[in-house]
Amino acid sequence: MTLIDLANPTKFLSLTARVLPWLAGATAILLLVGLYQAAMAPDDYQQGATVKIMFIHVPNAWLAMFVWGVMSLSALGTLVWRHPLADVAAKAAAPIGAAFTFLALVTGSLWGRPMWGTYWEWDARLTSVLILFLMYLGLMALWRAVDDPSRAARAAAVLTLVGALNLPIIKFSVDWWNTLHQPAAVLRMGGTSLDKAFLIPLLVMAVGFSLLFVTLHLAAMRNEILRRRVRSLQMMQASQQAA
Amino acid sequence: MTALTALIRRDIRIALRVGGGALIGVLFFLTVTVLMPFAIGPDLPLLTRLGPAILWLGALLASLLTLDRLFTADHEDGSLDLIVMGRTPLELACAAKALAHWLAAGLPLIVATPVLGLLLNLDASATSAVALTLLVGTPALTFTGMIGAALAVTLHRGGLLLAVLVLPLSIPVLIFGVAASQAAIAGPLSFGTPFSILCALSLVSLVVGPFAAAASLRHGLD
Repeated sequence: MTLIDLANPTKFLSLTARVLPWLAGATAILLLVGLYQAAMAPDDYQQGATVKIMFIHVPNAWLAMFVWGVMSLSALGTLVWRHPLADVAAKAAAPIGAAFTFLALVTGSLWGRPMWGTYWEWDARLTSVLILFLMYLGLMALWRAVDDPSRAARAAAVLTLVGALNLPIIKFSVDWWNTLHQPAAVLRMGGTSLDKAFLIPLLVMAVGFSLLFVTLHLAAMRNEILRRRVRSLQMMQASQQAA
Repeated sequence: MTALTALIRRDIRIALRVGGGALIGVLFFLTVTVLMPFAIGPDLPLLTRLGPAILWLGALLASLLTLDRLFTADHEDGSLDLIVMGRTPLELACAAKALAHWLAAGLPLIVATPVLGLLLNLDASATSAVALTLLVGTPALTFTGMIGAALAVTLHRGGLLLAVLVLPLSIPVLIFGVAASQAAIAGPLSFGTPFSILCALSLVSLVVGPFAAAASLRHGLD
């Protein structure tokens, strides 16, 4: 079972049909356990109960970046190896990644209000995640602007790779710009010196959310393959009627 | 080489003629700059402080406005297909087109900067700092914008999408352009650091832009 075997959409469909229920079950169990542990975690001595937003916020923020990485690999698959499922993977990942980015922004905003006294701060990390969100939206618009799926895939692949190059530059430049213009007056989590009571639920939630992404992604890929089959059947039907 | 020179000369000639759109950018730049005091109020010290940022924003929007024409006109009359099928490497042809576009539509923005600086109450040294940062920064805007223009050329609603695709790519250029101008005017930080990074961004875009644009043209036009 290699990546090339999965290039056959029919094989992919039958395999994912077997795997998806197990993945969905594992996701539900992990998220439930993680949420229970998060609810049971002690309050922070400074942040009180609001520290628990972290258990939702951090996995979302992590996945927001991870999904762009998945799309970049798929873009290479499209442009370099012409893997037939690469563009399906890239197209299916974009809305999911945008949703994770949006949730990271919203939960961060809700956490920022009691902690920093503001919903939004032009801080380096917030700004670069906002731009990541805008780039996801632009990519989704590009996917929808071209009728032919394979042409849309190649245009989107170019933009994905350029974005993968651009995102670190933005991150770095915004960091710079903030040190140039204003002192970082923002309360930061001091490094990764998290206590075990916080770290274990956080890791469980992170794995749970990652599995959630894999589940949603595979399901969305199945839908995309079926959508393309419907499209080609419709076109065949139309050409037969025309003949 | 002669083919590239011919391409550059042709593009500049088309851009400078009536309806070519090279001077539309300068007009738009002027309009944006004139609108700012209406929005902010005629507060001269405030305008001085915001001047570099206003000029950079105006130049960025003006170059975005003219970028729409980089490939669309050639796509409509079929000459883009000839360029793609020609013997010159498409990457070089893209770079030549972007260079011609910058000479025709980017340089006038820099020439206009001193005049617009007067409107924003910037003194000579501040104006020259902004003009210098625009001189090294606008190539990056053109060459990254070319990627978006190449992606948008094959779409039906390309012009609208161009702004959404290109603006995230130009954010770092904007940040370092304004930072270098501010450093030159007010200090206290050195002008050299952001300026060097701005030059670096331009050089990176000179390399990446033509390849990405050529790839999307190759895949988009078949």
